[in-house]
Amino acid sequence: MARNDPFSQNIDWLTLILYLGCVLIGWLNVYAAVYSPEDHTSLFDMSTNAGKQMMWIGTTVLLIICILVINHKFFDSFAYLFYAFMIVMLILVLFLGSNINGSRSWFKFGGFSIQPAEFAKVATALALAKYLDVPGMNLTRQKDLLRIGGIIVLPCILILASNETGSTLVFASFVIMLYREGLPGWIPAVGITVAALFVLALIFPMLYIAAGIVALFAVVVLLMPRYNRTMSNLISMGFIGVGMMVIVAGVDFFVNNVLQKHQRNRIKVLVDPTIDPLGVGWNVTQAKIAIGSGRLQGKGFLEGTQTKFDFVPEQSTDFIFCTVGEEHGFIGSMVVIALFLGLLTRIIILAEKQRSKFARVYGYCVAGIIFFHVMVNIGMTIGLMPVIGIPLPFFSYGGSSLWSFSILLFIFLKLDSRRTALMRR
Amino acid sequence: MLENRKWVIIGVFCLVGLTFLARLFYLQVLDDTYSLGASKNSIKRVVEVPYRGQIYDRNNELLVYNTPVYDLYVTPKQVRIPDTTAFCQMMAITRSDFDSIMGLAKNYSSLKPSLFMRQLSKEDFARIQDALVDYRGFEPVISAMRTYPAHTMANALGYVSEISRKKLDNQDIPYYRQGDYVGHNGLEEQYEEQLRGKRGVKFMMQNVRGVNKGSWKNGAFDTLALAGQNLITSIDVEVQRYADSLMVNKVGSVVALEPETGEILVSVSAPTYDPNLLSSRSFSKNYRALIKNPYKPLINRPIMASYRPGSTFKLIQALIAQQDGSLHPSMVYGHGGSPMRCHCHGGQNLRGAVQYSCNPYFYNVFRKFIYHNGETNTFKASAVGMRKWHDMVEKFGIGQRLGIDLPSELKGNLPTVDDYDKMYRGQYRWKFSNVYSLSIGEGELLISPIKLANLAATIANRGYYITPHYIKGFGKPGVGVPAEYRQRHETDIDRQYYLPVIEGMRGAVVHGTVTPLANIAGVELCGKTGTSQNAKRGHKFDHSIFIGFAPMNNPKIAVAVFVENAGWGGDAAASVAALVAERYLKRKTEATRLDQKVKAANYLPPVVPVKPKEPVPIRPRKDSSRKDSVLKPLMTGIKPKSVVVPGVSGN
Repeated sequence: MARNDPFSQNIDWLTLILYLGCVLIGWLNVYAAVYSPEDHTSLFDMSTNAGKQMMWIGTTVLLIICILVINHKFFDSFAYLFYAFMIVMLILVLFLGSNINGSRSWFKFGGFSIQPAEFAKVATALALAKYLDVPGMNLTRQKDLLRIGGIIVLPCILILASNETGSTLVFASFVIMLYREGLPGWIPAVGITVAALFVLALIFPMLYIAAGIVALFAVVVLLMPRYNRTMSNLISMGFIGVGMMVIVAGVDFFVNNVLQKHQRNRIKVLVDPTIDPLGVGWNVTQAKIAIGSGRLQGKGFLEGTQTKFDFVPEQSTDFIFCTVGEEHGFIGSMVVIALFLGLLTRIIILAEKQRSKFARVYGYCVAGIIFFHVMVNIGMTIGLMPVIGIPLPFFSYGGSSLWSFSILLFIFLKLDSRRTALMRR
Repeated sequence: MLENRKWVIIGVFCLVGLTFLARLFYLQVLDDTYSLGASKNSIKRVVEVPYRGQIYDRNNELLVYNTPVYDLYVTPKQVRIPDTTAFCQMMAITRSDFDSIMGLAKNYSSLKPSLFMRQLSKEDFARIQDALVDYRGFEPVISAMRTYPAHTMANALGYVSEISRKKLDNQDIPYYRQGDYVGHNGLEEQYEEQLRGKRGVKFMMQNVRGVNKGSWKNGAFDTLALAGQNLITSIDVEVQRYADSLMVNKVGSVVALEPETGEILVSVSAPTYDPNLLSSRSFSKNYRALIKNPYKPLINRPIMASYRPGSTFKLIQALIAQQDGSLHPSMVYGHGGSPMRCHCHGGQNLRGAVQYSCNPYFYNVFRKFIYHNGETNTFKASAVGMRKWHDMVEKFGIGQRLGIDLPSELKGNLPTVDDYDKMYRGQYRWKFSNVYSLSIGEGELLISPIKLANLAATIANRGYYITPHYIKGFGKPGVGVPAEYRQRHETDIDRQYYLPVIEGMRGAVVHGTVTPLANIAGVELCGKTGTSQNAKRGHKFDHSIFIGFAPMNNPKIAVAVFVENAGWGGDAAASVAALVAERYLKRKTEATRLDQKVKAANYLPPVVPVKPKEPVPIRPRKDSSRKDSVLKPLMTGIKPKSVVVPGVSGN
């Protein structure tokens, strides 16, 4: 029966090694971030984040074992139930959660807290996989799209209600999976265009952008084959152009009148971090100083000064990448990014190999969620993304995030091990 | 095929990864501004200022030491003051003071500490220490304040205060920072480098709140502070204080040297002030008051005042004329043929001429000296003679900086042939009859008291001097004394020519120009009086001068005394010199009558009240430079106190 032993051949070892690499490097960096050169903090000091992270890693191992021994049908069968359960939890947390930093999204149990939003991603991924597994599902059909949208948007609204904008944005990552499953290409294209216009609208005056759009369209029309220059085509292009202008105008209004002040500042700082170096720009500036001061080889393990002495805020959670950049330099940063790219590519390759659509969809969801976190998290520390408080998967200190990402990944590995087991039979 | 979309997705992943790597490469490898930002952020230079060296007198009595005081620093961001009024009351400042100090501190940095109050004494600090616990954001830092237990020699010692803008900008090697203390004037400035020691620097890591987090790189770049060296001076503080007491209510100087070594035993600048005035927190207030004082106590008269040497200069004339061969000790001159008046009965030889300070005698000596060459033309002969005279007198250190170990020593003036050529608009347009007032130390001569003391020492040594100096050693005698203070400067006058002069000087004290009281038994003072003309400028009295040494053989002390406006040199100045010499030689004062007489005397000139400024009448401006020249000479101390008109004098 060794073949069915979940701890041996069936699991994808490459993914597991990449996962363990991330978790251990992450733990050492959490340790470096809290290390105090005065009293030579121990790696196992339970009063620090490093010691606590060790405990979280330990419990995560238990969780992984549980996931691997559970029958794979369990996830398929109970996917909607998980989803429903998480929705209930998200509602409950709005009333029963404790208020941390202005967001009511944590359940407190004695000494530690749990954030349901982290787990809602897993449940939503499972629910989406289950829904898309239905034969005859067509992502070009409006009805299906609306339902899928509903599955995604429902937890989003609840999480937004608890004031966790960052966790809400993560749900956008499902677009990657939907694209793979047949979502028309223009939908993400429009999304990216809107995002690009958004950023442009922040940087340049509206008039310049309008001129740019007109120029762009003129070039497109000139390059168009003569037979395509029909009236209806030109009119629809005109509509698109006007639509883009409306978006640009809307951004201005949105940023100044709809967004809350701290959100507005985070976006403005992205464009110009020097606006307020000691206030809103502080995080970004200090993060860049920490990473930039690492130079090519870094200052060496435990030798960083910026992260450990609290210049960088949240240095063991959201800004953990600063420690990597400062102590291990460009080489270390490159290793970490390569690690993530390897993991993501491996997940995609595995997902494509799945026989069941359920497993494949779920795999793409996992890749999408991890990618989105990595992109936003590292992007914000190097000043390419606004400061959005979401953790770096497997690296950031915190039980909820480590648990949820591990569960997310290992459910997929469990599903995948089932595939290899079937193939061997 | 939908399956191919995986390549699009993987492509997007890789694109984002590459973008990040490019950005990281730029941040970490190409742009080095961030690593500079990091060290500015987290590595703090902690400066350790060592204690300044103490200053001792020649008998190991303490002249200057450091009193620990506390500087109070404030970090605006941490400040929590529940009741500002009570706080101000406790600190003895007004609310507006408080606001302005805090404003300055905030302007500097709200995260870094700035100076809130300087030099809180131990007592003051003890008073507020307990209360300070209730006020967050204030941090005491121990510092030091100069203290002068001997209460004397303010000008020679100098003072220590915050570095001036100008000094800060003009450093050759940047060492001082704003707010650093530095020695000003006197020995504190002269020996600044040895006294201050060397600052140590520690690099400390600090967190975002400025809290220390241990040394950086285990102190590999730290430098240790080097304590300042103790300066042992040659001053005899007991005699110094005694001389101070004699000079109360007088303007002038007393300088005493040990002839053999050139060490300065006494250096009185009267009127003086307590040096402690310039070390406390009230520095600026006290300094302003001293500057306004009409007797100008901030001028260090021994080196900064210039007088005509008067009759004391006859000693040099006698010496160089003998060496020149134009004078023999047995030569006798009468009063006839000289344009100068004299008090003595005439017909003296050299000894008697020195003893009675005979003006016509030295007129003739100088005349013969000047014309004692082959030239027949009196104009040419005068030029040749003057050149010879200048070169011989220069060997006594006249007309140049001696190089004593104090800043701002004045050169004085020893006229040259060129000076007279310029004055008379051409070569050979002047002769002896134009310059004869030099023969008795008037005319264009300008000399500081320390140079006359040096002359006394030269004669005491019978032919050489060692540059006067205050330093006896660093840490212990003899250590770190510059080589120039061991070097003998020869006058190139043969020893034998000193003997008749010295005999005349002894005669002056025993039965000559000096008041009989000053001939104190057991001192064996030899000296020469002088009177620097002043009365003709509308002052009531001339300046009284005396130089001398004691005892006659193997002299231990050489003295020069100037008492301004005290008239005849044989009285006020000679008395002070005799008493100082007696105290130094006997360690006690037996001439009590003289002591009381000198102490009772008051030679302070009446203070001319400062006229309120009158509005300047409007006139067509002809000479714009005039205005400046009127405003300038307030505190120069360079201006001669005596007359410009050459004339007759002598005792």
